[in-house]
Order: sequence, then C-alpha cells, then structure tokens
Amino acid sequence: MNLVSTAARDLDDDPPLLSVRNLAKHYGNALGCRAVSFDLWPGEVLGIVGESGSGKTTLLNCLSGQIDADGGEILYRHRDGEVADFRTLPEPQRRALLRGEWGLVHQNPRDGLRLRVSAGANIGERLMAEGARHYGEIRGAAMNWLSRVEIATDRTDDLPIRFSGGMQQRLQIARTLVTGPRLVFMDEPTGGLDVSVQARLLDLIRGLVDELGAACVIVTHDLAVARLLAHRLMVMKGGEVVEAGLTDQVLDDPHHPYTQLLVSSVLQV
Amino acid sequence: MYVAVKGGEKAIDNAHALLAEARRGDTSVPELSIAQIREQMRLAVDRVMAEGSLYDPDLAALALKQARGDAVEAIFLLRAYRTTLPRLAVSRPVDTAKMQVRRRISATFKDLPGGQILGPTFDYTHRLLDFTLAAESLETPAAPEAEPPEDAGMPRVVDILGDEGLIEADIPAEPDAVPGDLTREPLEFPAGRDIRLQNLARGDEGFVLGLAYSSQRGFGNTHPFAGEIRVGAVEVEIVPEELGFPITIGRVELTECQMVSQFKGAKDKPAQFTRGYGLTFGHNERKAMAMSIVDRTLRADEFGEERAHPAQDEEFVLSHTDNVEASGFLQHLKLPHYVDFQGELVNVRALRRAATPARLKEIAE
Amino acid sequence: MSVALEAEASGYNFAYLDEQTKRMIRRAILKAVAIPGYQVPFAGREMPLPYGWGTGGIQVTAAVIGADDTLKVIDQGADDTTNAVSIRRFFQRTAGVATTTATTDATVIQTRHRIPETPLTEDQILVYQVPIPEPLRWMEARESETRKMHALAEYGVMHVRLYEDIAHMGRIVKSYDYPVRVDGRYIMAPSPIPKFDNPKMDRMAALQLFGAGREKRIYAVPPYTRAESLDFEDHPFEIQSWDDGCALCGAIDSYLDEVVTDDKGGRMMVCSDTDHCDKRRAAGYSGPMAAPYAETPK
Ligand SMILES: Nc1ncnc2c1ncn2[C@@H]1O[C@H](COP(=O)(O)OP(=O)(O)O)[C@@H](O)[C@H]1O
Ligand SMILES: [Mg+2]
Ligand SMILES: [Zn+2]
Repeated sequence: MNLVSTAARDLDDDPPLLSVRNLAKHYGNALGCRAVSFDLWPGEVLGIVGESGSGKTTLLNCLSGQIDADGGEILYRHRDGEVADFRTLPEPQRRALLRGEWGLVHQNPRDGLRLRVSAGANIGERLMAEGARHYGEIRGAAMNWLSRVEIATDRTDDLPIRFSGGMQQRLQIARTLVTGPRLVFMDEPTGGLDVSVQARLLDLIRGLVDELGAACVIVTHDLAVARLLAHRLMVMKGGEVVEAGLTDQVLDDPHHPYTQLLVSSVLQV
Repeated sequence: MYVAVKGGEKAIDNAHALLAEARRGDTSVPELSIAQIREQMRLAVDRVMAEGSLYDPDLAALALKQARGDAVEAIFLLRAYRTTLPRLAVSRPVDTAKMQVRRRISATFKDLPGGQILGPTFDYTHRLLDFTLAAESLETPAAPEAEPPEDAGMPRVVDILGDEGLIEADIPAEPDAVPGDLTREPLEFPAGRDIRLQNLARGDEGFVLGLAYSSQRGFGNTHPFAGEIRVGAVEVEIVPEELGFPITIGRVELTECQMVSQFKGAKDKPAQFTRGYGLTFGHNERKAMAMSIVDRTLRADEFGEERAHPAQDEEFVLSHTDNVEASGFLQHLKLPHYVDFQGELVNVRALRRAATPARLKEIAE
Repeated sequence: MSVALEAEASGYNFAYLDEQTKRMIRRAILKAVAIPGYQVPFAGREMPLPYGWGTGGIQVTAAVIGADDTLKVIDQGADDTTNAVSIRRFFQRTAGVATTTATTDATVIQTRHRIPETPLTEDQILVYQVPIPEPLRWMEARESETRKMHALAEYGVMHVRLYEDIAHMGRIVKSYDYPVRVDGRYIMAPSPIPKFDNPKMDRMAALQLFGAGREKRIYAVPPYTRAESLDFEDHPFEIQSWDDGCALCGAIDSYLDEVVTDDKGGRMMVCSDTDHCDKRRAAGYSGPMAAPYAETPK
C-alpha cells in the first residue's frame, strides 16, 4: 500500500480534508493509475511528480471529477464535518463542489476560461454562480483579484483572448481562487510558459495558496516546481505511487531507484 | 392627423389572388398537368417526396405545381398534408437485396455478381444544352431493351465484403425493436442511429451535400469509397393482424448507397471497413451518397475518432438539416418586429444620451 | 350550422389537429403547469403555417380551445397585423370559434411579442408564440449542456451576460426576451416580449402557456406564480419609459410604437396595443394627434 506516511506529521490531530483509498483508472485494457491512496490535510500542498505517461494527469482528473475512476474512494470532509465519497455523490452535489469549495486550474488556461467575456466577468462568474447579486461588489472582488495576480485593473473589461499566455494563466488562477476554495487542483500550472514567466507565477501561486490556507494537489513533471511549492510529494511511475514523503526527504534522500534516477537526471541538467 | 393602418385582411386576400395569377403565368401558354410534371420533372418530384417524407408522385407533382416549382415550398406542402393522414399500418422493413434494379454500380470492384448496370444516368452525358429539346412534340426514340439477366441474383457489395469479415457486421435487427419516429417524437440528444438516418433522409439535400463535401475536403474525412449505389423498385409489405402473414401493398422506387470507409482498428478491434448508409425515395444519387458520408462522419465516437468538425457533430448536424424548419425560421424575419425594435431604439437613444461629449471624443480617438 | 359541423365542413378535425395529437399536447401542457418554467419537449406536428410564424402557439391554442371559447390573436400588440389576421382566420376556418379584438371578451389570447395592457383574469389563457425557448442559448449553444444546466440550476452564466452589459455599457441593455426566474426555480425565456411586459407576467391571474413549434418545447407559468426578472441589487430591473404619452389616446403607461410620419424626421408614438388604445379613445381620452374618435367598422 502506498499510503503516504503521516509519521512525519505532528502538527495536530485534525482529521484529513481528503482521504483517497485505492483509486484506480483504466483506459480499456491500458492502465491509467492504480492503488493510489493518500491523505491531504487542510492547507497542505501535495505535489505529484513523475515522468510523462506515469499517470499524474489521470489521477488528478479522477480526483477533480473530470473523469470517473473505476475503483476506490475519494473521501472529502465538507465544511460541516460530514465525510462523503465524491465518487458516489449525486451529480448536482459534485458540480456544486466543483463550483465552490473546490477549484481546478487547467494546464491550458483556455480550457478554464470563458474567452468571449471580460476578465472581470470571468472572475465574477463563480461568485455569481454562488448567488452574489451586487454588481459593485462583484466587480470590486474581480479587480481585487486581478491585482492580486498582478494584472492591471484597467484590463478588467478586456477579453482574455487579448491576454498573453502568462496573464491568461494568472486570470484562471484568480477565477478559481475567488470563491476561497478549500481544495485546489492544478495540472502543470506553469507548463506552457517560458522560464522567466514561470518563476514569477510560482512565487505568486505559493503566496496565494499560503494566504488562503487552501489544500492543494499540484501535478508537475518538474522537480524544481515541486520543491518550491509542495510540502509533500508522491512519485508516480507506470500508474503507481512508488515513493511518498516530505518534499525535502524525497528529493534529498530518495529511496526508490526510480526516484533516485529522476532526481539525478534533473541534477545533471 | 394619423389613423393607424388597418386592413390586413384585405391585403392578404389580394396577395393570394396575385399569387394565383403569378403561378399560372401567361394564360396563352398551355397549363401544366400533374401528369406532365410527374413524368417529365421526375427528379424534382422525387426530391419533394424524399424530403416531404411521403411517397406519392401525384401529390408531389401537385405540390410542385402549387409551389411554382419551389422545391422547399413543395416539400412544406407535402409535409403539412402528411401530418394529417391517419396511420393505418407500419410496413415491414423493405429488402433492397430483392430490389428490381434499374441501376447498380460499385466503385470498389471492377466486376461482381449481377454486374454493373448503368441505367438512366447523367454521369457520362456531355453537359451541352440540347436545343432539339426546345422543339416541341419531338419523338424520343425508345431505349434498347436488355435481355433479362440469366442469373437474377444481385448480392449487395457490402455482403460480399461481410462474408470475409472485412467490413463491420450489419447491426443485427432486434426482432422487437421499434425504430424512433421523428414525426412523432421530439428530437433529443444523443440521438440513436435510427433517428440520425431518419433525420438525414428528410434533411435538405443541399445542406447534407455541403456537409459531406466539407468532410471530403478534410473537415472530418472518412476516406469513403462508393461500395454500391443501387436504384430500383422494392415491394412494400405489411402484415395485417387479421391475416398474420405479409401481403404486398405496392412498390416504391428507392436509391440506396452503401459507402465503405476505412478504419485502422483499435486495441480491441482489428482493422476493418466501416459503413455509411444512405437511402432516399425516388432516384437521387447525390442525396443518397451525401447522406451515407454524413452517416459515417457522425459515427466518430463509435470508432474513437476525434470530433472536431461540423460534419461530426451530431447536435450541429441534426438540428439544422430540416429545410422546412430552417426556411420558416429564416423567413419569419419578414414578420413585424417593431415592438422589439422599439425596445432597442429606446436603448440606443438612452446610451447615446448617457455618452457625454468628452466620452464621445474619447471613443472617436 | 353548429360549430362542430362547420369545422367538419372544412374537411379537418375541430381546430385542425386530430384528437390523439391534442391529447399528447395537453399532457405536455399539464407537465409544464406542474413544473413552472420547465421546457417540456413535445412531438410538435408539421402545421400548414411556416415554422417561426407561430406554429407552437397555434398547436397549444388548438389543444386548449373549445367550441365555446372566444379567441383573440395579436402580433406586436395589434389584432390587424397580417400574421395575426392569418392565424385568426386559421382558427375561424378550422374551429369555427368566435373571435374578438377586445381583450376583456377573449377567453384565449394568442400573442406574438406582447402582453395586452388590460390586466388578464383567471378565466383567460394567454398563449405565447416562442421562437427560441432556451434562455441559456446566449451563453451555451448545446441543448445537451443547457438541459443539464437547468436540471442542476447552474445559472451563474445568466448573470455573467448581464454583468457584461453593465461593464461595457453602464446598464443592462437587454430590452426584449428578458429572462425571468419562475417560481424561484427555472430560468425562462418570456419570448420576445419587451421587458416592459415582464412585470405583467409576475403573479398574473391568467394561465400563461408558451409554445415553440420548431424547437418542439412547451412551458408554462401557472396563475399567480412568481416570474422575477433577473438583475443586480445595485442595478435593479427597469422597464422602458417614454418622454410623452400615446399621441392618439394620451396613455402614459402603455408600450409605445414609433411611427414615422414623414421623411423629415417626423415621428409619433402610439400604443402598440391597438385594443387598449381604441378602448381609451372610446372612453373619451385623447392625445395630441388624435382625430375625433369614430367607431371603427368591424
Ligand atoms: N484518454 C486516454 N485514453 C487512453 N489512454 C490514456 C488516456 N489518457 C492517458 N492515457 C494513458 O494513461 C497513462 C497515464 O497517462 P497520463 O495520466 O496522461 O500521464 P501523465 O500525466 O503522467 O503524463 C499513459 O499510458 C497514457 O498513454
Ligand atoms: Mg499530464
Ligand atoms: Zn394609445
């Protein structure tokens, strides 16, 4: 079993926010991922690393309801303390979670934005979906979030298609975080961006996640990104978790031969 | 002083009278008979029957006459008539393998059992205006009659491929399955293939042709081969409850096209040819072929093909094929909209009033 | 000749549709009344009038009308616009029912683009002709997706559209077919009536039925049911208003049409509801451009 060790945690006795047990997904006969289990506590950032094709995106998509796993449990503890398996929740409740308490940042910002409405409306949409009905307040929140992701507020009424890739990604992050989600999923959030833009964005994400105290699952193939953002890491290979632990431990003292290879190959670059 | 316009009734009556006059045209020219339209404008009649979903050459000819030759208007007339008819019986599926074939060609085999039969086709005519047709009462020489074929068998090309397992199997007919009926149930998505085929069969020839053409040009290509096109008459049978066995109630002429497409195979499926199917009333190869291509493009999901083009998008295609719906909705723009337009006028004036001179200057710059 | 016989003489069933079809439509109507604002798919028939010209409304009217009913048909508020005339004639021919232009005399009113100014009563049914029944079509073209959004009441996008209006133009500019939320649940397209008429839908005493023939949907607002126009707290819903009243009857609270009187910018505003205007003038009200009122020959 690949349960992430909790021995290293002595923070508190709070129950986990998310408990994943034995999650599996196949594409026909091909394996997507299997036997994945872990716990995630409020405010914690979990990094999922591994080479291309190792099952990271599959896992994240199962967790965030983009695709349905074919086995296992995704136990989520609601604000009221109630624990429910996301996979067996009725669709209205699943979609409600995805609109409010959960947030998903797509690798390609175009998948997560409404390109034909203004940046302000993109941020405001989730608030309006949750019932916000005061235009001034919605707009205020939108502008506040634009500045938090370092987009000038005079771009509030511009369409995202006129934004650069980095700006679109920051807009997507603002749109996702505006409702103060308790759990955020990010798939290669710095993927398509050039290196200089990546660093700033990483800084920004780290600051925001810290500030909001949101728990976060971040997929990346880039160990440097993982080291910067994640408290803990899970290393995937061939659809399975081969090693898990605190980020520094995993990267500085890798036990599994695959992790050792991964770490050394990065160091060589 | 202003008096609101009245007299819609009178205007409509007058318009109808004018329409009748325009339809008849110059009265010194003899009037067309229904029989003349049926016999000499047969392909127009066939199209009206196909898209009007009613096999009745005389009524289709009448509709064309009443519609002044406008096919879509004639289709509309026939449809509106059709919907009032009682439904007395449902026929058994017609068997096109038993078709009395007038034309039958295959582009996939040079020769095949039953042979290639050209039949009455424009295909190899040179498109030169034939001025001898302008002369009236011209005798048309009778076409030479063929010897009756020695071996009457004419198996369908897809069945020949099917014997080898090279082509996907025909969907086995479930004995009790009742195909959907678009004229009795609203179209809902996802639609089954029965509904898709029905929709395409009733669909506008030009639209379906355009979709098929777009696919051929690369917007969702399926690499089609015309496996077989056959035109001819089939018998329509019903099984009256009191008899319990099938009786023939008549014959209809049909055009059938089996389009054969390549499929590279997937993990759980070996490479195979796949089918697209087209069928129309009367003689209309263009429509039957286009339909068969679009049937196949719409099956993208079944073969794990990415749906990226209009011809592959079921909701897009099926929602827009019906020319009676499309023509009505488009032309309803001729109805008065002055209430809505007034709303917009109030709006634009208010917006303009709100725009200060400074703001206007800003916009202008 | 009795009404039924007269209809028979025209060669068609009473009100054109056969009884099977009417029952099917009535079932859809009952479902629509039971779930206010929900679009019920129905097997719309091909009518002898073109799609987009009122076939949905005609089918609903045909399904609810009886031999004792009195029918009024309006288009743009007027009884004498050509399409209203054509539909009224259709029912005269196929159902032989009595017709009227007086709102208060009608038991069934079929309308395109307006709600009469005279308040309707419990004894009346208002049938709307609907071109596009889907209010979410603005933001999402796919039926398969919009049905899901309705089912889950995922309506955030509706306000996105209104937000955009305010952000770009300082106000909500949607002026007709202005969406309403029915009974606190389904968001509904009121058909292209001016937003001026929206408040009349709210808790109306009459049953409101909506028929979309081409799109094959029926929906309803039962009597006394809430129909709230979407808005923001700080940008509340507003209706159109005009600087002056009707030039003929002087009404200052009716929806006005603009009539171009010459090619030098001459304009006059008159009630779009012709019955309302007539009634007011008959009662002695008059506007600045009114001729002395004379009974219009019927
Ligand atoms: N839609 C799909 N259909 C079939 N196989 C897939 C699909 N998506 C991913 N896979 C396969 O699942 C495995 C894991 O892929 P993925 O989760 O995308 O990995 P990663 O994100 O780590 O690159 C790979 O072998 C991949 O080929
Ligand atoms: Mg990936
Ligand atoms: Zn007036």
